[in-house]
Amino acid sequence: MLHRQRDFAEAMSPDPTMERKTAIDVAGVVKRFGHGPAAVVALKDVSLAIRDNEFFTLLGPSGCGKTTLLRILAGFEAVSEGAVSLYGENIAGLPANRRSVNTVFQHYALFPHMTVAENVAYGPQRLGRPVKEIAETVARMLQLVKMEKFAERRPAQLSGGQQQRVALARALAPHPKVLLLDEPLSALDLKLRQAMRAELKQLQRATGITFVFVTHDQEEALSMSDRIAVMSEGEVQQIGTPTEIYEYPANRFVASFIGDANFIVAQIDGITGGMAKCRSVRGLSFTLAAAPGGKPGDKVTLFLRPEKVRIEAPGDAGLAGMIQTMEYLGQSIFYQVDIGEDSPLIVAGRNRDDGGTPYKTGDRVSLVIGADALRMLVA
Amino acid sequence: MIASARTPALRRLLGLLPALVVIGLFMLVPVAIMALYSFLEANPFGGVVWRFSPEAYVQFLFERDLADNLVFQSGYLIIILRSLGLAVLATILCLIVGFPIAYFIARQPARLRNIWIYLITIPFWTNQLVRTFAWIIILGRNGTIELPFRWLGLLGADDTLGLMYSDFAIVIGLIYAFIPIMVLPIYASLEKLDFRLVEASADLYSSTFETFRRVIIPLAKPGIVAGSILVFIPCLGAFIQPDLLGGGKKLMLGSLVQFQFATARNWPFGAAVAMILLTFVVLCLLWYAQAARRAGAQSGALAHA
Repeated sequence: MLHRQRDFAEAMSPDPTMERKTAIDVAGVVKRFGHGPAAVVALKDVSLAIRDNEFFTLLGPSGCGKTTLLRILAGFEAVSEGAVSLYGENIAGLPANRRSVNTVFQHYALFPHMTVAENVAYGPQRLGRPVKEIAETVARMLQLVKMEKFAERRPAQLSGGQQQRVALARALAPHPKVLLLDEPLSALDLKLRQAMRAELKQLQRATGITFVFVTHDQEEALSMSDRIAVMSEGEVQQIGTPTEIYEYPANRFVASFIGDANFIVAQIDGITGGMAKCRSVRGLSFTLAAAPGGKPGDKVTLFLRPEKVRIEAPGDAGLAGMIQTMEYLGQSIFYQVDIGEDSPLIVAGRNRDDGGTPYKTGDRVSLVIGADALRMLVA
Repeated sequence: MIASARTPALRRLLGLLPALVVIGLFMLVPVAIMALYSFLEANPFGGVVWRFSPEAYVQFLFERDLADNLVFQSGYLIIILRSLGLAVLATILCLIVGFPIAYFIARQPARLRNIWIYLITIPFWTNQLVRTFAWIIILGRNGTIELPFRWLGLLGADDTLGLMYSDFAIVIGLIYAFIPIMVLPIYASLEKLDFRLVEASADLYSSTFETFRRVIIPLAKPGIVAGSILVFIPCLGAFIQPDLLGGGKKLMLGSLVQFQFATARNWPFGAAVAMILLTFVVLCLLWYAQAARRAGAQSGALAHA
């Protein structure tokens, strides 16, 4: 499976020159808040490397340490242990105002007593850039985020989406080496959030600046990122491209945090030629690619995405089951299908052009699972 | 139609009536009496003679010599200038001392802030006279500050540090008396300040000083202005501090008013001094109101745009 994963990564990689410079190198970073036994460990030995000109996302539930890591990169928090370097320069001891890193804050933190233009000019001014250059930068940045017409307004006069754009312009104006974005879309409504995703991605391409984006929203992460680090409880669970993370989650946490997933607890009966025969607790048997290190007799978790199962009329092929409940979501329909296991299998059917769903609750069906859809998680 | 249009206005007026009566009775009427008295003739035995005379105001700048000619004399003008000077000085020092206190309190965890505010206001609940007397014990001859110097033999030929009965002592007394009313409004505006802005400023390459100058001070400005005015006005009219700590030698406007009514029995002159004091206060408030209106107009423009 490891072998295939690598092939997969190569095939999916948009640009073949993967060996780019490292923008940020986080090595063995530990962050504790408080002292002694009352100390809370926010980051336990986090190491990751963010490449130059990459859209890198830290994804995880709240309290997983992603914001702490971002604040460490920005210079608002000091590391308890470990090293952080920016383009090879150790920045662990450097205060926030001396790092070539800018932040787009979750609630924008625009200066309320300044106009939009003054907000955007703030960074370049503190860097002592010439007045003429600052004026040009401000104009260019406002144009970049399509806010030229609002230069003389104050933040209170702007909508959330507009404030968001100003916050972006302000953080990009000093042309930092790395832009940090702390859940910048979370305060926007759904439509705006979706529109901003494409814009952010486009902005990152246009400026060529490395983006480090923090979010708890898996859709945001999947749609924008070049690579994602999934975090949980102060640890990095997996780092990979969106496809790698979604298709080949490293463990059960990653699999369940991103997208929907079915898990079947099983035991390996035997392995022949890389293919494992597994038997679930209730006696269902599956054949799938063995995870590296898997031995006969091991307890494993089988993992299956709901959309990789096809529902068919009952027949010889596939897994027999009965539809327990249906959840109609418009675009797709989620069925809970009883297959005799402890928990029903969740299967996603697409809303097809024949008008809705051909199946209903109580129907006996056959589930056809694609050859490569079922995966083995060791952890 | 008309009745229905009038009723809310009438009701509003009725609702405001108690406040209007209180303000009218206890503020406008006394001020009017004072203004009236300042234009009457003094009765040497106290009170006034009911005859119009601008004498009280003339007395400010001029003295009548034996031949009844007006001769310029600067005594009272100096008192006005000293009052203004000491009040400005005390206000500035209050600001310098009070701002860090307010900032410190605003940065405390929410549950500790109220305790700090409580501690700040405690002295305010004690009689001002008693608190001012305490400073005599601290600053006076053989006082808390002077004693160690005496024991160490550091005192000069005049055998005293000469802290008491000076402008210095007056200003110390004024700062001590009015620091809470400087701290509270500044705290109120700093407490509202979003400290993420401080982080944003640091993120945008500001040193601590630049952040202070360009983010914290501008956003705390309403509190700074309000606190300064609230301190400046009572400082200008203070009479306990100049009396007790200044030894009555260094008069301020407040002590002059008190002296004219209580000792010199020149009510019209006392009233005239009070009117002059009031003029300064009103000028101050007008300036403040205008500043507030400017700020309001700005935010109003924001709201409409």
